[in-house]
Amino acid sequence: MDEPQKKALAKAETAVKAAQKEKETAVYVLRLYVAGTTPRSLHAIANVKAICEEHLQGRYELEVIDLYQQPVLARGEQIIAAPTLIKKLPEPLRRIIGDMSNTERILVGLDIKPKDIQKDRR
Amino acid sequence: MARRKKEAEPKLTPLAKCPTGIQGLDEITNGGLPRGRPTLVCGGAGCGKTLLSMEFIVRGAMEFDEPGVFMSFEESAGELAKNVASLGFDLPDLIEKKKLALDHVFIERSQIEETGEYDLEGLFIRLGYAIDSIGAKRVALDTVEALFAGLPNEMILRSELRRLFRWLKDKGVTAIITGERGGESGLTRHGIEEYVSDAVIVLDHRVVGQTATRRLRFIKYRGSLHGADEYPFLIDETGFSVLPVTSLGLDYPVSSERVSSGIPRLDHMLDGGYYRGSSVLISGTAGTGKSSLAAYFADAACRRGERCLYLAYEESQDQIIRNMRSIGLDLEPWVKQGLLKFHAVRPTFYGLEMHLAIIHKLTNEYQPRAVIMDPITNLSIVASAEEVKSVLMRLVDFFKNRQISTLFTNLTHPGQIEETATGVSSLMDTWLLTLSVESSGERNRIFFILKSRGMAHSNQLREFLISDNGIDLMDAYVGPGGVFTGSARVQQEGREKAAAAAAEVELERRRAALERKRQAAEAQIAVLQAEIASEEAELQALMTQEAEKLKVSDRERVELAVMRKADTPETEKGD
Repeated sequence: MDEPQKKALAKAETAVKAAQKEKETAVYVLRLYVAGTTPRSLHAIANVKAICEEHLQGRYELEVIDLYQQPVLARGEQIIAAPTLIKKLPEPLRRIIGDMSNTERILVGLDIKPKDIQKDRR
Repeated sequence: MARRKKEAEPKLTPLAKCPTGIQGLDEITNGGLPRGRPTLVCGGAGCGKTLLSMEFIVRGAMEFDEPGVFMSFEESAGELAKNVASLGFDLPDLIEKKKLALDHVFIERSQIEETGEYDLEGLFIRLGYAIDSIGAKRVALDTVEALFAGLPNEMILRSELRRLFRWLKDKGVTAIITGERGGESGLTRHGIEEYVSDAVIVLDHRVVGQTATRRLRFIKYRGSLHGADEYPFLIDETGFSVLPVTSLGLDYPVSSERVSSGIPRLDHMLDGGYYRGSSVLISGTAGTGKSSLAAYFADAACRRGERCLYLAYEESQDQIIRNMRSIGLDLEPWVKQGLLKFHAVRPTFYGLEMHLAIIHKLTNEYQPRAVIMDPITNLSIVASAEEVKSVLMRLVDFFKNRQISTLFTNLTHPGQIEETATGVSSLMDTWLLTLSVESSGERNRIFFILKSRGMAHSNQLREFLISDNGIDLMDAYVGPGGVFTGSARVQQEGREKAAAAAAEVELERRRAALERKRQAAEAQIAVLQAEIASEEAELQALMTQEAEKLKVSDRERVELAVMRKADTPETEKGD
């Protein structure tokens, strides 16, 4: 490994560390879109709240929106599935669809846990 | 919901149709797509699915006052607006006027993580909101199958799509759903045709012999009669147009009005000219003046102030104009006045159906009263004779339905003169034949009417002369020695003239002889009369002499008596 490569590697390592740190301190802006108060919606809301309380305590904003009340948002937010959880911040934007019953996947989707491709993918 | 009621008793009320406003499509479906139901439009890439659905929505909004929602799963609103701007569709304006709602559904697979059960209620709400916000009557979903790429759970998707189509029906909107044509197994890549059971249109973009033709076919149209044929369609600067050329019947009106062929002598032979709206075929071997006859026909139409469409498959417009000028026919002023329109294109430029489509379209746009196709033979380059015949049949029907007089030229080859390469003669009302005959070391053109339906036409051969002054039809010399044309005819005429002159001389000679005879006879009569006259005179003289003699002898007797002192009976008696 020559000098420039070493430099680049060191730079990348510090960047990763910084990102890690940022992730641990970043404020999460989350929106949960549901369609009415169906059992599925309620289930999703409960699951998301539980996960946030457990992993993001004190540094998250969660807004639950009923699409029936604000249908215009469905278009603006490019929503097709319900329920949909959108992670607006920190970037990148992520959408998590379903009743939020798979905690592992939500954590991956929220970038709280790194994606373990071998284990995670079907 | 009125729609639901209608569906509950489908046998009692005929299926309501929703006019698409797309040229030709409403004709082949007898009114449009099934109202209040979804129609699936499937086809391969670039076959015009998006345009068809967009035109359905836009025309609905503009022409039928039915606002529409266009939900695009592929192109963004900006891209769509740009794509159809060239067709004269102003999407932003329609959106402004609340006649159109565009929604671009953007799904990025990499952004999506699945965690458990979900449904597509978001999409339903979105679509429902768009429909309600403008009171939409029409919906297009282009291409809903893109969802399969965006969402991993196919099972949920399938059940949700089924629900979506049901929901569209319940909403009472007329919908077009497009689908990408899939492999061999089905019509669409993901088999969504099984959820749309009312009407299925397949669009096709096929290349046969290096020429591409777009075709449209109804695979299914529940509850309605529809043509099962493949219809060619066009996409051009005015949008989508389907050509319902196969569906015409033989119930067109006919006219007994005559139109001039442009050649007075020919009109005379035809007892007044062609019938308006009839089909005329001019066939002949190469260089026998078919195009010239066609040009004269065009000229005659323009002279009447009627528009004429000249479909040239062999020569360019300029070439035709130049060539006709050489025989004293100037077509250029008609072109300038807009009475004559040329459409010159090589037959190989596109497929046969496309030719048909373009002729159809030109006719609809230009509204000619006369159409010339010169020559039809060349069309067989791009298709088989059977196909050409079928296309020509449809064309003839199409033109007849519109009372457009048509003139086709057909190149034949020596040896098969009285047959056409494409076997179309039975479609034609009037069939003129020009051919060249070789005799005395020269070729001359012969012209005759092989058939002409519904008119007393001449059965005579004519010699067909083309000179600087145009076309002339001459009586050909027909005699025991055969048909004489050209210089043979001239020679024959010369011989006849000489014979006539000789006869004249002979007659004169005889007349003179007779005169002489009569004069001689008259002279003889005069002599005889003179003789008689002289004899008469002699006789007269004799008679006078005799009378004198008698007088003299009487006097002498009296004198004698006096001298003899004889008494007279009279004096004795008188005493």
